[in-house]
This record gives sequence, structure tokens and C-alpha cells, in this order.
Amino acid sequence: MQTATTHPGSGAAHADSHAHDHHEPSFLTKYIFSSDHKIIGIQYGLTSLLFLLLGFMLMLAMRQQLAYPNQPIPIVGGLLSKVLGNDMASQGVMQADLYNAFGAMHGTIMVFLAIVPLAFGAFGNYVTPLQIGAPDMAFPRLNMASYHFFFWGGVVMLASFFIPGGAAKSGWTSYSPLATVADLNNVINGQTLWLIGMVLLITSSLLGAVNFIATIIQLRAKGMTWMRLPFFVWAQFVTGFLLLLAFPPLEAAGLLQLSDNVLGTSFFLPTGLVYNGKQLDVSGGGSPLLWQHLFWFLAHPEVYVLILPAMGIVSEVIANNTRKPLWGYRSMVYAALAIGFLAFIVWAHHMYMTGMGTKIATFFQTTTMMISVPSVIILSALFISLWGGSIRFNTPMLFALSFLPMFGIGGLTGLPLGLNASDIYLHDSYYVIGHFHYVVAPGTIFGLFAGVYFWFPKITGRMMNEFWGKVHWFFSLIAMNLIFAPMFIQGIRGMSRRMYDGGATYFSVGVGADPGILWLNKFITHAAVLLAVAQIPFIINFVWSIWFGRKVDSDNPWQATTLDWQTPTPPPHGNFASTPVAHRGPYDYSVPGAKRDFTPQDQPN
Amino acid sequence: MEIPYAVKPRPDTGLYNAKVGIWLFLASEVMLFGAFFSTYILLRVQAPHGFWPDVALGWPHGLLNIPIGTFNTAVLITSSVTVVMAWIALKQNQFARFRKFMAVTVLCALGFLAIKTFEYREKFGHYVIQLNDGSRITGHLNVNGSSPLLWTLKDVEAAKLEALKVEVDIPNKFRFPVGHPIPEDIHKAHQAGEHHREREIKVSDISSLKAFIPSTHPFFAIYFTMTFLHGLHVFGGAMVLFYFGFIGSGMWKTDPERFTNRIEVGGLFWHFVDLVWIFLFPVVYLL
Repeated sequence: MQTATTHPGSGAAHADSHAHDHHEPSFLTKYIFSSDHKIIGIQYGLTSLLFLLLGFMLMLAMRQQLAYPNQPIPIVGGLLSKVLGNDMASQGVMQADLYNAFGAMHGTIMVFLAIVPLAFGAFGNYVTPLQIGAPDMAFPRLNMASYHFFFWGGVVMLASFFIPGGAAKSGWTSYSPLATVADLNNVINGQTLWLIGMVLLITSSLLGAVNFIATIIQLRAKGMTWMRLPFFVWAQFVTGFLLLLAFPPLEAAGLLQLSDNVLGTSFFLPTGLVYNGKQLDVSGGGSPLLWQHLFWFLAHPEVYVLILPAMGIVSEVIANNTRKPLWGYRSMVYAALAIGFLAFIVWAHHMYMTGMGTKIATFFQTTTMMISVPSVIILSALFISLWGGSIRFNTPMLFALSFLPMFGIGGLTGLPLGLNASDIYLHDSYYVIGHFHYVVAPGTIFGLFAGVYFWFPKITGRMMNEFWGKVHWFFSLIAMNLIFAPMFIQGIRGMSRRMYDGGATYFSVGVGADPGILWLNKFITHAAVLLAVAQIPFIINFVWSIWFGRKVDSDNPWQATTLDWQTPTPPPHGNFASTPVAHRGPYDYSVPGAKRDFTPQDQPN
Repeated sequence: MEIPYAVKPRPDTGLYNAKVGIWLFLASEVMLFGAFFSTYILLRVQAPHGFWPDVALGWPHGLLNIPIGTFNTAVLITSSVTVVMAWIALKQNQFARFRKFMAVTVLCALGFLAIKTFEYREKFGHYVIQLNDGSRITGHLNVNGSSPLLWTLKDVEAAKLEALKVEVDIPNKFRFPVGHPIPEDIHKAHQAGEHHREREIKVSDISSLKAFIPSTHPFFAIYFTMTFLHGLHVFGGAMVLFYFGFIGSGMWKTDPERFTNRIEVGGLFWHFVDLVWIFLFPVVYLL
């Protein structure tokens, strides 16, 4: 872009144009060890999209096993038995250990390596400094370190598939003592690497969180007061605090479990623990419940870490494509803050079945019902924002619109799980899987897809193809519902979430009859294949558009108001051609009397 | 490109970036150590009544050396004072004075770690021995005049000993917390100034022998975990302060304000490390 020469006085663009004359940054410093928030955002984005695909592949292999138990996995079965050995995939048939490993790693990869880094690392990094009018993050080198910790955390997690004994197989929750006794033959086993990987990922998140919060507090442009921040920034701000304060207890728990596994301590191992008919040679005196408390103290706020940035993206897209201000912006902000606070006092609703006592359960049941209120406020405000808008139904908007009912279903089906009495029945069933996948898959991931289509032109200077975007959206939406809606039925009819043959043995030998839900296993698997096929247009569209997409005709192709669109495309090092000043709120769309239907935040009165 | 407010405070927040950053980081550190303290509380409240080693999983008292712990607390508090003095010296433009206080700070940190290492070593040579009759004694081994570290029963067998000389502890009075009567014979031994009684124990009478290491008892597990992580913080902080004070102090000439900020931020971290110890000391040594 022709930005640099026109503003010789403004440091950022100036320095960028001259950097070429003096010292051309090498590929390594420009793309690998970059401290520019935009490059780091892209690094996070590409890495986490790959992990998203990998997590999805693991799930496809598991779905095959659920639908057709003990039959070889098509296409990759032979490869799996060759690479992972016959203990894991004998003649291409998924063994229980492999199913458990894939299950644990599907959850871990999706949550910690795909969605959080995409929502917080990628979008947060790329968009937040632009939207607040900052030249970069407050601590650029810390930002670089954050990505590299994340990357190595991912490498350790991937490596764990290939070590003797295979990857961690005690669920993404890694409950003790199961996680400690799952693989006693190998001291350095999948669980050990899982814990080391988690410590690296947590370190990455902590660095990121410190950086984001400091950036939002310190680097807001002149005039960018708190109530002029786009809702996306608020969402990232609250997310930052959740990560900052919730992750350290899991880091502590991870270190303690690592010590249980490697040093033989008994933090989480109860007295007299017997495994395989033999008493374990440990001191005992630990508490399995303690792991669950420390784990869920992170993992429940983590749910809001997953959902808040998606809400932020959806809010930006909806305001832009309804061409009117968000309805109830202030209520949304306060609701996000309320979520941030309440998220820390609901964790034990995951633990009703542990026998922690009815009084404690009642407390957590109450706070759980309370936290649904701010979530409903945000969702309602977004729904009401649609009213009277002249809606543009482009791809980002379609994804954002689908987010609303999908997250609604996910949220409402969570209520019976948050209530003590009904949870006793539904706990650990496919109902739970259906519930949180509605929140995270067609909820958060659709929000993230909306973000990818929405900011793609700012990042690359080219548009993604609308037609194939709509194809991607349409089939994804159908497939997501065909996958997750039947899980509610399976769960209500008593299907446990942990059976590696999809309940075939349990229902034939244990119960005696199939309650009419086993055919749904096949149905869901076919829908999952449809979902896989529906991602092909996205992948091709994404890669193709980077180089061959239609070029944007301006720096602001969506006619948006926020500062991220008032930069050159793609934004240069230092972001803004001249230091921006915010003169108005974030969503001045269709201001009566204005010449255009949008008034950018930096436009003087 | 320059990041705004990297050195000068932002007018409306009154803070420069690094100060916001370090406070946020310390908030996360509070949560980290909070989790460890919670673990301590939970492990302790669920421990059975009665004292270790009489009760296999009872909570031990009086195993740590309180005078040494108190001295170490004083060392760390001194370093916390000197790090502030160093910062004040910079504010008063007295670089030589700053260096002196910085040197004292780092030396205190290293002294703290040295004392802690000594305490660890003492624990590694201290054993709990379970006899075949079900009773347990604690004490130091005496194998040909030396006190071996980290032995197990296997090492005893490998040394082909028939009997083991043990300096059996006479429990000190901290073993019995306030309100708990001290048995008559122990009281007498204390009055006589006796701390150990040498006993010979047949190896065939021993059913297990373990040093005071994390896998021996949840108390040791949480004691070593918390003090080791705290020690790691001390070490990291000392390295950073050493870098600021000596290797990287050239910044004082080029950018004195930023350099002073660095010392302030490093000092904040140092106070936090000190504060953790001020909680840690009473919890593991005294209570």
C-alpha cells in the first residue's frame, strides 16, 4: 500500500518503508521469530487451524469405531497399525487403548491447541491492538515467546502419540488416580508428556494474558475510553483475566500430578490404592477429589474462554452486517464482566457425582443458574440487535447468525446438567457430549469461522469466495446438527460417553437389549463424514484466496466503523499510517444525517 | 516503531506498561501458590488423627529446623529491604550505592538457597524405619561412621549389613503442638539434653526404610514441592537482579529512567517471593 511515503513524520509506517533500505529482515526474523502482533496472530491462526483439523480427524477415526466396532478403519487403518503398532491398531482395527488415547487427545487438542489459540491467540493478537488503535502489543517479545511456548507445547503433545504406550488415555480431564496408573510400564508415558505439554501451553497462555490485559489498559488510543471499546476487545479483556487467574491452579495441579507419576508422591492417590489386584507401593494419603477441584477451577472458566471471544467476533460481524449499533452495548459489557466473575465460582457443578455433599452442591447449583443470566443477556442483546437492521447475508454474517441459536441450544441443554438432581441421571452420558459440543462446535467454531471470513480481507488484502463460503456454511450447519442433536437422545436413553465400542457390548451383554439408539451411532458417523466433506470447500477457498482471491477494492471492504478497518491493508509494521484518535463509540452505523451509513471511530465530528 | 508508555507512565492510569505487566503476573502467581496452599490445607485436614510416624499418615510436626528457618526468613526479609534501598539509591542518582545494595540482595538470595540446600540434604539423610512388629522409628543411619543419603532397604541389603546402627530421634517438643501433653520419658530426655539414642537394629527386623523424601509422606511431598518452587523463584529472581545490577547495568548510562523502572519491577517480584516465604514459613515450619 502507498502509505509510507505520504506520512513521513509518523514513526511506524516510516520505519517500515525504510527497513527495506537498511536491513531486510530475513525469513526467520520476519515470519518465525517475529515480534509483530499481526505475524504472531497469523502464526497462531495457521497452527491452530491445523490442530483443529487434526482434532477433527481423531474424532472421525473414533466415530468409525463407534459406528462399526472392531472393523478396520478405512483408508488410515493400515497406516495406524504400521505407525502405532498392533497394540494400538491391530490389523487396522482401533483397540480400546487407541480409542482412549484419541479421545483424550481430541479433547486436549481441540480445547488447548485449536480453539483457545485461534480465538485468543490468533484473533486476539491480530485484531485487539488494531481495534484499540495501538501500534503493537505492550510487550512484543513476550508475545513472541508466548507463541513459541504454544508451539513447543503442541510438539510435545504430538510426540506423545509415538512413544511406547501411546498418548495420554485418561480423558482430557486426566482424573487421578486413573491418570497415574493408566500406563505403569513406562515412566515417561503419554500422561507425562501430556503434563509437560500442558505446562508449556499454560505458560504460553499466561504470557498472552498478561500481554493482552496490559495492552488494553495501557495502549488504547487517545479518546478510546472504556465504553468506546468494541465489544470484541471487552470479550478479549475478560478472557485475558480468566486465563490469567484460572490457569495457574491447573499448572499447579499439573506439576503435582507430574510429581505423582514420576517421583512417586501421593498428592492425588488415596490410601490403600489397589490396581490390578495389587496394592500400589505409594504412601497414599492424597485426595483424588483435589485433582478434580484444581482441574475444574481452570476448566470451567475455560468454557468462557472458549465462548467469550466467539461472542466478541459475532458481535462485530452482526453490528457490521445489520448496519446499526449493537442493542444494549453497555449491558453486554457488564454481562461479560459478570461472566468473568461468576466463572470462578461454578466449577464444582462438574463434580456433583463425587459425593462432595449436598450443601456444596446446592451452592454450586445456585451460582450455575446465576451465570446463565449474563450469557442470556448477551445472546438476547445480539438477537434484538437484528431487529430493524438492513441485514447483509454474507458468509461471515451467516456463520454469526447460526452461532446464536446453536449457542442457545448448547446453553439451554446445559441447565439440566447444572441442576444437581437431573445431573445425577445425565452425568457422563452422551447428553453431556451433545451439550458442550453444541456450545463449542456449532457455537464457538462458527463464531471463529465468521471471524476468518470477516478479517481475511484485512489480513491478506483479498476476499474469500462468497459462493463456496456459503456452501461451507450450509452443509456445516446441517451436519453439525445431525451429529450433535441425536446425542441428546442417546444420552437420555442411557448411553455412557466412555464406551469404546459405542455401547454394543454394554447393551447386548449388560442390559440385554438395545434401547433403540445404536443405529444412531452409524447415523452420527455418516453426518460426521458429511461435516468433513463440507470443510473441503473451506480449506480450498482459504488457501486459494490467499493468492488468487478477488483483491479488496478499499481498506474497508465491509464499510466497518472500528479502527481495525481504518488501517492500510494489510496493516504495516506499526499498524496505523498516522496515530489514530477515537472520536465516537464503536458502532456508529446509520447515524441519522450522516453522509454514509457508517461513521468510522476516528472520524472527527 | 515505539510502544507508547514503555517508560513514561500513561497519564490516566499513572503506570508504565511493565508495572501493569508485573502486577498482572503477580496476580497469576498468587493463584499458583494459592493452589499449592489449598493443596496443603486439603491434605492436612484429611490426614488421620495422631502424629507421624506413630500413625502412618498422621500429619508430622516438628520435623523442620525452626531456628534455621527463622534465620532464613530474616535473610530473605533483609534482601527485600536492600532491593528497595537499591531502587531508592537509583532515584537519588547514586549508582555506586545502588550496586552495593544490589550485591547484598543477590548475596542474601544465594545465602537463602545455600541454607535451603543444607536443610534438604539433612532431610535426605533422615529416615523413617518400619519394623516388622509394625512400629516406626525415625533417625539417622550410621554406616561405618558416615550417614548415607537416600538409602532404601535395597541399599542396606547391598551393603551386606546384618545390623544397622541408627541414631534414633528423641522427638523434640515441637512434635507435640500446643495443648498436647509431652510424654514423661521424652520430657526427661530433653531435660538431660539428649536428642538421639543409638540403637542397633537387625536388618531382618526392618520391613521398610525410607528417607524423608516426597514419596514417603504427603507432608514431605507438599513441603518439597512448595519450597522447591519457591526456591526456583528465588533463583530466577536473583539471576534477574544480578543481570540488572551487574551485567546489564550499562542501561543506566543510556536510558536511566527505563533502568530505574526495571529495578522497580524486579523489586516488586522480589517482594512477592519474600511474601510467599512469609506465608510458607509459618505454614510448614510452625503450624
